Amino acid sequence: MNKTITLKINNKIIKTEENCTKRLLDFLREDMDITGPKEGCGEGECGTCAVIIDKDLVNSCLVTIGSVEGKEILTVEGLKGTKQFDVLEKCFAEAGAVQCGFCTPGMIMAAQALLSKIQKPTEDDVRDGISGNLCRCTGYNMIINAILMAAKRGEGLW
Amino acid sequence: MDSIRKSVVKADHKIKVDGSAKYIADIKFNNRLHAKTLRSEKAKAIIKSILIPDLKDGYYVVEGKDVPGLNKVKVIQNDMPIFADKEVNYIGEPILLVVGPKLEEVIKILNEIKVEYEEDIPVFDMRESKDIFAKYEYEKGNIKDTFKKASRVIEEEFYTGYQEQAYLETQGVVGTYKDGKTSVYGTMQCPYYVKNAVIQALGCNEDEVRIVQTTTGGGFGGKEDYPSLIGSQVAVAAYKTKKTVRLVLERGEDISYSTKRHPALLKYKSALDEKNNIIGMDVDITLDGGAYATLSSVVLQRSLLCAIGVYNIPNIKVNGKVVKTNTPPNGAFRGFGGPQSIFAIETHMAHVAKEIKCTPLEFKNKYLVKTNDDTSTGGKFSYEVKLKEMIEKAEKISDFSEKYKKYSNKKGIIRKGIGMSIFLHGCGFTGSGERDLIKAKVKLLKYEDGIIEILVANTDMGQGLKTTFKKIVAKVLDKNYEDIIYKNPDTDRVPDSGPTAASRSIMVVGKLLERAANRLKENWIEGEEQIIEENYKHPDLIPWDIEKFNGDAYPSYSWGINVVEVEVNTITASTEVTGIYTVFDIGIPIDETIMEGQIQGGVIQGLGYASCENMECEDGKLKQHSITDYIIPTSKDVVNIKNVLVDNPCDLGPFGAKGAGELTLVGTAPAYADAIENALSVKVNKIPITPEWIMEAITNE
Repeated sequence: MNKTITLKINNKIIKTEENCTKRLLDFLREDMDITGPKEGCGEGECGTCAVIIDKDLVNSCLVTIGSVEGKEILTVEGLKGTKQFDVLEKCFAEAGAVQCGFCTPGMIMAAQALLSKIQKPTEDDVRDGISGNLCRCTGYNMIINAILMAAKRGEGLW
Repeated sequence: MDSIRKSVVKADHKIKVDGSAKYIADIKFNNRLHAKTLRSEKAKAIIKSILIPDLKDGYYVVEGKDVPGLNKVKVIQNDMPIFADKEVNYIGEPILLVVGPKLEEVIKILNEIKVEYEEDIPVFDMRESKDIFAKYEYEKGNIKDTFKKASRVIEEEFYTGYQEQAYLETQGVVGTYKDGKTSVYGTMQCPYYVKNAVIQALGCNEDEVRIVQTTTGGGFGGKEDYPSLIGSQVAVAAYKTKKTVRLVLERGEDISYSTKRHPALLKYKSALDEKNNIIGMDVDITLDGGAYATLSSVVLQRSLLCAIGVYNIPNIKVNGKVVKTNTPPNGAFRGFGGPQSIFAIETHMAHVAKEIKCTPLEFKNKYLVKTNDDTSTGGKFSYEVKLKEMIEKAEKISDFSEKYKKYSNKKGIIRKGIGMSIFLHGCGFTGSGERDLIKAKVKLLKYEDGIIEILVANTDMGQGLKTTFKKIVAKVLDKNYEDIIYKNPDTDRVPDSGPTAASRSIMVVGKLLERAANRLKENWIEGEEQIIEENYKHPDLIPWDIEKFNGDAYPSYSWGINVVEVEVNTITASTEVTGIYTVFDIGIPIDETIMEGQIQGGVIQGLGYASCENMECEDGKLKQHSITDYIIPTSKDVVNIKNVLVDNPCDLGPFGAKGAGELTLVGTAPAYADAIENALSVKVNKIPITPEWIMEAITNE
């Protein structure tokens, strides 16, 4: 018998009997139909599956649901609708930070995690903040510009 | 009204940022079966037998004998099987699919299947291969006499390694079967390539196959031909099982077995006269094609056409071949044979310059092609060549020549270096491909209410076509680009406007859309549904002859200058890129921000090719098979790129635009190599230039 695991995902309490060793990424995508987090490598290297767990940016492909019992999990779907998301969305558009889009939900979460910790980041802070998120289309600079722009425009929001 | 180049919010921006865009792995298909691939463990062998365990209800094996049509993937030559059934030619070659409702059970069956092989002797080294997929040769002037009268001959060999596309979304397709129709959904660049492949595989009529592109998470050439293989596999599986079959590759499988940039050996020999002028150049290129021909012959054509780069040398001979080895087949990757040759010619020119005690830029300057010069193959650079102006601009933004002098011959632990490359990229398909093979067709559909839909087979894989195509049509018709419809192509609805490849989409298909929009404007009937169709018209060129390798290989060219600045730590052999400066002539940009994105992304991919993206094949097995082993640049490895565009409108493209997507990757490697040479006073003949290579070079100093 699997025991019941309680999680808070995007501000909703979720109870599940799923096997506690199930990857959080699979639980989000398959059980919850939350497909913002993507599987790019399945070994914690690319960051396309990045979500925020209690303020920290975590690759959800490396986490089992049993290990995040009782924690708060935030994906891009949960961030949507907030003022912070609106600023990030607009700055990503203006800076041209999105090409194929596969890394984007992870990048948005990385930006959110960074700005929650450092409200006025330097360019180096941003490079560090997204260093665990790979992007093959943009060469990163336009994403970095977008996050710096968001920090400025959204001052006071984080 | 705003100029076409003024940036807009990308048409697909919102759904990509908020995570609602659906990539193939995000789409729920009811009752879909999982598929996994059984792959060859041998590099060259005859398959003696395949022992399949008893299968539970609902589980299937799909193999060569299930292919109702031809068990070959339609690419250029029909040489690659969809499922290997008689022999295998590389480790990882697909033999069959195991298909069923539960993934764990599918994997269990896969592990229980036993294949008995009779092994043969494989060939892994392209130097040793006698099996040639394609070869071409061309000559200008008289190379024999030139070398006879040369007062000096400088000869060297270059090697360029593999490059993996590393699109972040792995390859994936889903096949369905309903009411006699087989459909394939998936991440892809060229829906009609997949369609034609599936028709051949099923041996069926055109109207029995439908292909739909899903939001594509990067392609870079990697999704040009490979989806034809896995698309055919799931189509056969869906046809056999009459069910929905999903095949999404894991990263390890994708890196190990999908197509990559061809490793190349390039031999350059230059003849100099007594005044140290280059009077002749003899080039010999070998590409490693891997086990099957795929697109290799066309890749080789582009390599050979780029072999002399941006230079006008009076006597040349260029020959090349692509050979078979028992390794995974290589295929298309942004630049398509260009990056190998441009690295070699640029580095060779720099080396010849240094041999005669000249700076590379000064030396290259003497040979630059000019407007109306002949191309290497007897075509003409009939559109304005602005290289001199571009070099001046590059000097201005990078202070190149000053720094080059300052950094030369320095000692000390940290050494700086700066390098420059000058290059071109032919726009569109090589030779007469557009006219004879592709014959692109586009449609504009105007609904009764005046809403317009673009019907083309070209795909947005991140490069921004959804936005740029809409902008072109909207501009002509004086509409908002947001009001134009352009959905992911579905072959049941769109005509074949050709593949999304070869830097052709904007220039060729965009031009057809511009023409269609103009015709719609002239013939606009209020309140009526209208369909406007445009077909490709070949520009007036010197006819291309593939046998003689002669004529205009491309209708026009885009041009670039790259400057890379580095700091090398001579104790740790680590290199930091401290500056990148670029100047491009791509005609007129259809959107400045999208163009900037092509530049930033392409240049950094080129930087990876030059430095960290190392992939080696050992006994037929790629040693790097994860993103952990195969290192692509991260945000910490790159600097801001300072870029300038030189306007040079070309009437072949819409609003004066030329091809741009591939060009941006082509020049980084030689500029990086030149910078390393400047910093360390070494000679580079190989990319990637890894820290290990630098350590060795410093130690040998």
